[in-house]
Amino acid sequence: MGSYISAFIVGGIICVIGQLLMDGTKLTPAHVLVLFVTSGVILTALGIYEPVVKIGGAGATIPLPGFGYSLAKGAIEGVKKDGLLGAFIGGVQATSGGITAAVVFGYLMAILFNAKTKP
Amino acid sequence: MQKKKQTVQNKKYQQYVEKNSPKPDYFRNCIWAFLVGGLISTIGQFIHNQIEKRMGLSHLDATNATILVMIFIGALLTGIGVYDVIGKKAGAGSIVPITGFANSIVSPAMEFKREGFIFGVASKMFILAGPVLVYGITSSVIVGVIYYFIK
Repeated sequence: MGSYISAFIVGGIICVIGQLLMDGTKLTPAHVLVLFVTSGVILTALGIYEPVVKIGGAGATIPLPGFGYSLAKGAIEGVKKDGLLGAFIGGVQATSGGITAAVVFGYLMAILFNAKTKP
Repeated sequence: MQKKKQTVQNKKYQQYVEKNSPKPDYFRNCIWAFLVGGLISTIGQFIHNQIEKRMGLSHLDATNATILVMIFIGALLTGIGVYDVIGKKAGAGSIVPITGFANSIVSPAMEFKREGFIFGVASKMFILAGPVLVYGITSSVIVGVIYYFIK
């Protein structure tokens, strides 16, 4: 049960930060998405995001900084294993499932369904 | 002279617009973002726990599988038109989770279908996801290269 509560709180807080950025500044959702992924990468490299993942679980890996976390962690693990080449293959390797799912499911759903008229 | 006058007018107009455009309701928006973002994360945690328990995957593999499932859910809900209804209220609460990433792929892909399957669907899929991948992957490579030299 504890893991659900911490996931709720950590995931909620990350989304509130995004909301404040969208309301308080001129940043569009696209800016926020890019900013969050990049911050996820940088925070992971600095060793700040790992403890957040330890506490928040899915609350830290489901929001987009979690995607950056997987990328950065993969790149670092890649360097440990394969040296400089690992910096290029590690990140995408670690996130390949998510990227492929996004491409395949995204394409499939776009083919299956038609755009609704905006409510 | 004419131009200068116009820029002054433009500035005044801009100030007028800023003064009179409705201010966002920060508190209510944040509550919505918190609740919906938290809920999506909790669903993710539930799926993660189920996968870890039932399929006996390692923690990292279970995390990856969870992201896969969440992307599927996000894409499906966008397809049937539910996700945009949630997004109207939830704001960042529906944009920031990975389901929002799926939404950002399916939504323009459906909308531009009439422009064809290459330049419509397949190309417009990445209108938002493209930048995310470009900056995410590039920064991760930079991190990897820096790590290589300082380790």
